[in-house]
Amino acid sequence: MIIFLSCIILFLIGLYAIVTKRNLIKIVIGFAFIEYAINLLFALIGFRRGMLAPIITQVDMPHKFVDPIPQALVLTAIVIALGTTALMLSVVLRIYNRYKTFDIAEIRKLKG
Amino acid sequence: MIELYLFLVFMIIAAFVATEIKDLLAAVISLGAVGFSVAIMFILVQAPDLAIVQIVVEVVTIVIFVAVIFRTTHVDETIGKKLTSSHVLSIVLYAFFALIFFIAMVRALQELPAFGNATMKVASEYIRLGLPQTGGANLVADVILDFRALDTLGEATVLFTSVIGVIALMRSVGRKK
Amino acid sequence: MKGMSLIVKTITNVMIGFIFIYGVYIILHGHLTPGGGFAGGVIIAGALVLRVLAYGSEAGAEKRSETRASIFESIGALLFVGIAIAGLMLAGVFFRNFLPKGVPLNLLSGGIIPFCNIAISFKVGAGLFSIFLSLAAVKYVMKD
Repeated sequence: MIIFLSCIILFLIGLYAIVTKRNLIKIVIGFAFIEYAINLLFALIGFRRGMLAPIITQVDMPHKFVDPIPQALVLTAIVIALGTTALMLSVVLRIYNRYKTFDIAEIRKLKG
Repeated sequence: MIELYLFLVFMIIAAFVATEIKDLLAAVISLGAVGFSVAIMFILVQAPDLAIVQIVVEVVTIVIFVAVIFRTTHVDETIGKKLTSSHVLSIVLYAFFALIFFIAMVRALQELPAFGNATMKVASEYIRLGLPQTGGANLVADVILDFRALDTLGEATVLFTSVIGVIALMRSVGRKK
Repeated sequence: MKGMSLIVKTITNVMIGFIFIYGVYIILHGHLTPGGGFAGGVIIAGALVLRVLAYGSEAGAEKRSETRASIFESIGALLFVGIAIAGLMLAGVFFRNFLPKGVPLNLLSGGIIPFCNIAISFKVGAGLFSIFLSLAAVKYVMKD
């Protein structure tokens, strides 16, 4: 319970960076923290005490494994997170080349 | 499992440092500290597949971040400026939302089974049928490439879309009319 | 993009083959041990990124390798969809595991899973490498 709530605190720190920070790179870092928090929460929910990783090494071994489904869902999400982060960073790079600043308040002013 | 709690405390501190520090390069290094802690925690909760992917993806993420910062600037000018009214408003709204969200999550997470006792209704079927029906010994690979392969096709489409987006945004010269 | 010092180049020469072989091993044993197409593809992309960072490259060569990486990514995507459609044609269900299952815990087992791993590794590796090239390496001219 406490360990799940720690993941929620990490999520809230990422949300704090997104909502209140005015630097674009900090906002992208906030998105990365949210991704980590959700991935970690999924992997922690599927954990069972004293069980093994879900890989069969002998044909007739007892089936004492942790839950493989959250791991399968998170595995693809990690790579997707890298793709979306790169897309956000390319937009940020374009904005910097246009306005020469990362400050979103300045960008709003320059827009008029 | 005391080490899990230690890593979580370390991650929360590093995340807070990353959001508040003035140097953007240091913020990216703190992001890397959080990411590698996530990888170690994946090993501790018996998920070696996730740990391998997380370590390598973290390296590539940091390389991309550092490349972007080298091409622009590494000083966060917004730290230390005096607060404007809209900034104060956003902090107040965030605190309000965070309180409500936290209370809702406390209520919701009480419904889940406690840490370390996952219920495995669907997963027990996948574990029982994994080796006989697909022939693969890695059950995670069985789930993502056989039982739920359509899901993986969707994720691959998302990755393809983001690659196309990056290439289109970073195109050197626009197309001639 | 400029290259790095002689020490970095020499170490890269020694290590890059091992990193590449490790990536291929992770991909081919994806149905037996931890790993698979996603992990192996990112490792191979990491080896290519290391080469570009250590040796540097000129803008023309970067443009060419970006085009080549896009071609490889498309090949991976088509291969993945092709496996799915082959299942539809031969067994009647999209993504059906139509190949023989083989001996368990052997390298040749798992039906279509090793081939799907290879297709996904093409896709992920080439996709991430072209993201890196276009975001970090290629010089572009801004015309407003």
